[in-house]
Formats: sequence, C-alpha cells, structure tokens
Amino acid sequence: MRLICNGKTMTIRDGMSLEELIQELELNPDAVVAECDGRIARREEYATSILKDGMVVELIRFVGGG
Amino acid sequence: MLTIAGHTLKSRLLVGTGKFSSAQVMREALEASGSEMVTVALRRVDLEDPADDIMRVLDRERFLFLPNTSGARDSDEAVRLARMARAAGGGDWLKLEVTPDPRTLLPDPVETLRATEILVADGFKVLPYINADPILALKLQDIGAAAVMPLGAPIGTNLGLLTRFQVRIIIEQARVPVIVDAGLGLPSHAAEAMEIGADAVLVNTAIAVAGDPVRMARAFALAVEAGREAYEAGAGRRLEMAEASSPETGLGFLR
Repeated sequence: MRLICNGKTMTIRDGMSLEELIQELELNPDAVVAECDGRIARREEYATSILKDGMVVELIRFVGGG
Repeated sequence: MLTIAGHTLKSRLLVGTGKFSSAQVMREALEASGSEMVTVALRRVDLEDPADDIMRVLDRERFLFLPNTSGARDSDEAVRLARMARAAGGGDWLKLEVTPDPRTLLPDPVETLRATEILVADGFKVLPYINADPILALKLQDIGAAAVMPLGAPIGTNLGLLTRFQVRIIIEQARVPVIVDAGLGLPSHAAEAMEIGADAVLVNTAIAVAGDPVRMARAFALAVEAGREAYEAGAGRRLEMAEASSPETGLGFLR
C-alpha cells in the first residue's frame, strides 16, 4: 500500500496505524502533529487511525521562529 | 506588569526563537532576556533529517508559547496552521501572521482581519501581526484580538521604529496591549518603542544574529526596562529655544 507522507511517496504495510508510521520514521509521536487527508488527527487517535491507500499525510512540528 | 488576555507577565520583552546558531545559544539568550513569552513556528518534519524538537529544548513551565502562522499567505492557510499549532500542544495563544509577499513580508490586512474573526470564534487568543495601521488596529481589537502587534519595520531588517508616528496613534487609541514587533534592530529602538508607551516589544533577528546573542538579549532586556520606566516617569517637555539649567541670577560678580 502506498501513501504520500510530507510530499514523498511511501510504501507501507496494510493496516498500519498513524502511530506506527510515526514510530517507523523514528519520530516522537508526542512532538508531531499529523494531518491525514487535510484533517488534523488528535493525539489520542494516532494508535487507532489506520492509514489508507493513497492517503496524504502531513507530519508537522514546532521549530524556531519569530 | 503586562496583562494579555488575563495572563500577567513580568517581562515586557517577547523573544522569537528563529535564526539562532544552536539550541544552546538560544537557551542562554532566552535566559538572559528574562522573557516569559516566546514565539515558535510550525513546519513540516524533514524526514531525511529530523532535527531536535524545539519543545524539548524549551521549558514550557518557564515560557509561554506563542505559536505563529508564519508562512501563511492567506486566511485559510493561517487558520489551518493555527489549528495545527493547537493540536501540536501549542495552546490557545497565537501570533497571527499573514504575509503574501515574500519580498516584503508585509502583512495582508484584509486576510488578517478575516482570520482573526475565525480564530477568535474558535477560542484562540489572537495577537495579529499588522502594519502600523491605527484603523486596522481598532477594528481588530473590536472583533476580539487579545493584543495588536504593529511592525516597527519589515521582518528581519533591523531598521528600527520607522513607523513611530502611526504606532503612537495606535497606542493612544488601544484598549488592548500594543506589542511592537518586527524590525527592531537595536536596544535603542526597543527603548524608543517603550518610551512612547508600547506595552511590550517582540525581538528575534536582532538578538539571534548579533555577534554575541546572549549579551544582546541582556541589552534588550535593559533597554525595554529603561524605556518602560521612562514612559511611566513621564517625559519632560520640549522647547524650541534654550533654557539654562543653572541659575541665571547671582552672576553680578562677573561683570
């Protein structure tokens, strides 16, 4: 199954959750906010959000800024 | 004491966290600034190089986070960023920035007003970054902005308080705090803004790109305090001609 994460096409296994994707990318799930197909996922939904084929996922985080 | 949307701050210096050479320098500079409110931005994670998370570098107990919507070109993008910031644990505070022109980074007043309306209704404490426009500032406070943030000069320029005349009018009319943001390049610029009655200033570039950011942060802290003290003391009047400071009597022995 393929999806687009942060602009890149990725192949992931079927049934993978958002939480698993974030962990696989070696990111801290508590430090990123995820948007799936334009909808913001709440932190408590990460584990139960199952990714779908063709989904567009954005992983966003805080950085230094004015 | 500075109160914004019911929240009280001892320091009238807000500091941005961009452009620092390292997390360590940033942390020390923030410490030296005495600031209690710092801005942060939201960006896509670089999957190739997931750099250190700024939330781990900054102590949330000490600093109130003011996420910005930098990079937004219209109200839709700004609202989307704002909601992401809140979902990312940034809280309800928001420095609203809508800058469609990358060359000047000047804020779009129409889109800023529109986004403020939406975000206030959505429960955000909105601090809009605006051009130094007194009419716009009034409209924003009327629709519920928690403060207004007129620019001194374009973002990152260090040119100083080029908008002094308009900022004075904004301050005179404001019922919400006026925070002069952007373009303040030297402590004297910050002091000038505070002397004319600004409630606070926000400084990032001037500190982050200074030769010694930690000392510059301290210099800004002193200037902001001095400027505020002078404002509260009340400036002496100006005259067109000289007026001797020493007595003009008792000089008979000279001539």
